[in-house]
Amino acid sequence: MREVAIVGIGQTPVREHWDRSLKQLAVDSILSAMADAKVEKVDALYVGNMLSYELAGQENLGAVIADQAGLYDIEVSKIEAACASGAAALRAGIIAVAGGAQEVVVCCGVEKMTDFLTDTVSQGLATAADWEAETLHGVTFCGLNALLMQRYMYEYKVKHEDFAGFVVNAHQNGISNEMAMYRNPITFEQYNKAVEVTAPITLLDSCPICDGSASVVICPLERAKEFTDKPVKITGSSCAYERVAVAARKDILFFEGVYKSAQKAYQQAGRGPKDINIFEPHDAFTIITALSLEACGFAEKGKAVNLAREGKISLGGELPITTMGGLKSRGHPVGGTGIYQVIEVVQQLKGQAGKNQVKDCSVGMTQSIGGAGTVVVTHILEV
Amino acid sequence: MKQQIPVGIISYGCYIPRYRFKTSVLSEVWGESLGPIPELSIPGPDEDTITMAIEASSMALRKIGLDPKKIRAVWVGTESKPYAVKPSSTIVAEAIGATPDVSAADFEFACKAGTEAMQTAAAFVGSGMAEYALAIGMDTAQSKPGDTLEFTAGAGGAAFIFGKKEESIAWLEESYSYVTDTPDFFRRANLPFPEHGGRFTGEPAYFTHLLSAARKIMEITGLSAKDFDYAVFHQPNPKFPSLAGKMLGFKPEQIEPGLLSPYIGNTYAGSSLIGMAATLDVAKPGQRILMVSFGSGAGSDAFVFTVTDKIEALKGKTPPVKSYLNRRKEVNDYGLYAIFQKKIKRG
Amino acid sequence: MHIPQYHRLKKQLYRLEGNVCRECSHKFFPARIVCPDCKSRQLEPFQFSGRGEIYSFTRGTLKSHYAQEGPIALIKLEEGVTILSQLTDVDYDQISFGMKVEMVIRKIREYGPNGLLIYGHKFRPILN
Repeated sequence: MREVAIVGIGQTPVREHWDRSLKQLAVDSILSAMADAKVEKVDALYVGNMLSYELAGQENLGAVIADQAGLYDIEVSKIEAACASGAAALRAGIIAVAGGAQEVVVCCGVEKMTDFLTDTVSQGLATAADWEAETLHGVTFCGLNALLMQRYMYEYKVKHEDFAGFVVNAHQNGISNEMAMYRNPITFEQYNKAVEVTAPITLLDSCPICDGSASVVICPLERAKEFTDKPVKITGSSCAYERVAVAARKDILFFEGVYKSAQKAYQQAGRGPKDINIFEPHDAFTIITALSLEACGFAEKGKAVNLAREGKISLGGELPITTMGGLKSRGHPVGGTGIYQVIEVVQQLKGQAGKNQVKDCSVGMTQSIGGAGTVVVTHILEV
Repeated sequence: MKQQIPVGIISYGCYIPRYRFKTSVLSEVWGESLGPIPELSIPGPDEDTITMAIEASSMALRKIGLDPKKIRAVWVGTESKPYAVKPSSTIVAEAIGATPDVSAADFEFACKAGTEAMQTAAAFVGSGMAEYALAIGMDTAQSKPGDTLEFTAGAGGAAFIFGKKEESIAWLEESYSYVTDTPDFFRRANLPFPEHGGRFTGEPAYFTHLLSAARKIMEITGLSAKDFDYAVFHQPNPKFPSLAGKMLGFKPEQIEPGLLSPYIGNTYAGSSLIGMAATLDVAKPGQRILMVSFGSGAGSDAFVFTVTDKIEALKGKTPPVKSYLNRRKEVNDYGLYAIFQKKIKRG
Repeated sequence: MHIPQYHRLKKQLYRLEGNVCRECSHKFFPARIVCPDCKSRQLEPFQFSGRGEIYSFTRGTLKSHYAQEGPIALIKLEEGVTILSQLTDVDYDQISFGMKVEMVIRKIREYGPNGLLIYGHKFRPILN
């Protein structure tokens, strides 16, 4: 198995792109990443996306987007893993390159969510949950996370306001990220006054509906210098999942999929939680941030909110997270997010994070989660 | 009418939704004087005749611990069918576990659809075709916005399992039906609200049919009001059944336990049945009950039941009518009422 | 979602029928195809009693096609299995962790004025 490196990145701003379609956004980020890697020919395109059927009437995205990008004579595929689709597309590419089947591959994550009203988008997102056990009964994706947050607060005697730190931190970092959807700070007071969406989750616990696309070019590490002076090594790449229906889990407050995926990635990289300099968690909802930090080994059960309160997650802290805004402030164009996270860690490791630069970081971790903790893709990147 | 095999009620269940709507709100909204009933029971947004019939039937089964597979017929009498074509009864039968060895159909005869089902259930068991048959009368009564009916339309009903006399808690001494073609109240297919004949629904409709049926069954059996402990009548409002009772020689205390419309309104096909259920809740072995329904169109079914000592064992097994009457959540806004009654929907 | 799909779900929705593994006795709701604990395919129908207590709850549901927007809960059934279901006949501020509830059948979905009505399990505080 060969080691794999990231040699080019490209991303569109995360916005409500009224004037750009799914295809246009994808082509933008693909060609941008290829230009960054100074590459004109690739062997394959993996497109990570969740809702193209419901919200664009389009499947067969691998072929459709390659065609629009003018990339012919390549292998194509759409990879779907709910909100982890982007990261899963990267994993598919890594497996192909590591195994020797392909050489230079572009992995694109893309989502176009704003063409339809919120209710339709919610119905689409709810397909990540178990139909018979959950969606059929009217629970939204937000509702499933609300059930987790409600129980978490009850068992660990944590108050809603204790989660504020995650949001304040994410928005603080989003201010200086040009690609971010929201570049306004959020105060603790604003967080505590936010409108309820699905109790106890409020508007400010949740990430936005938005459009965006991000792509990376990968190749075998041994060839990386053909494309860039500073390649970023992928030392850990893993996928794990757990029982889809929340009610079917042995402990709903322990993200088993996160734990297994993180452990596998740590083992591959020969690293542990203490070695991680920056972490991009799947902060779609503040409760996911908390449960992810715990299952990855960064905090004990029920104690994740303390990391925020003690300032450990800020850019200057022990474990900076959501360094460019995270899903909360940079945005969560579902299928695109996994690649945005990877790009942000690449920028940090290469010293290209501008005002958001974390000092002395050489080991970064990204984690993308589909469903309510269901399928988890973790990457560890190093320079 | 007598069966080959003597039959009776072996168990029963009821249902009333928890929502209560003050009719004084109607007076304010429409600028009308106060109606005869202060509060009406109305169904919640996730309730309809089918859900209500399922609960009443499930409670009837639970009361005696009967295996639902022994039920050979499930008949729902209602005028608020969620599907115009597709039986409510099959959904009820499936939900309670009576399928597939079962007959099912929905009965329609305005407010006497439930007692038609009872009449038929008695015949089904009485002919030897079935050991047990389930008859349900249930409605979420409809009315035109602003019409007088709006002031009395309520929701609720009851379910009765018929079986052999030896197993019964109230055996059926005699039954009789009196029917003519009298269009006092009707609803054309595809229209949501009924039309009615105003005062015509009184003497030529309700009183003629109900009193005729009551007098005929008393003649057949040789019984008079003093031979009964209770009388349950169809109760579109508090006045009609009280007046009918008086005209037949009944005292107010004989009618009182079975008179629920002052508290929940006119539950249409559920009306006399829920009154019967409330009466059975308090009846003692040996007591005799006269039950007479009325359905527009028009007709009345009359039954003479005698309570057996098996009734004592059933008390307390499931929530009585009083429990349903006592649980309440007020809805005092016409808009919310209209949404619950499905008069308006989200666009 | 359609007629054949709901036809297959009748017993689950109307009677809280899941299944039980003949080999390891673990119970499941909704019914599973393979026992996740011992991998056996020897699973047979099991009807749950419908009594349980509230493990977690929230409010807010999808709007279109749903009969009612209301509370949703994770309910631990007395057989030890947890399920997700809507709550009914209860105000949100009356719900508490550990509250005892019982199953009722209510309307869950309605596919427009012309379409199918879907009935199924919901839970309410026990009526005595």
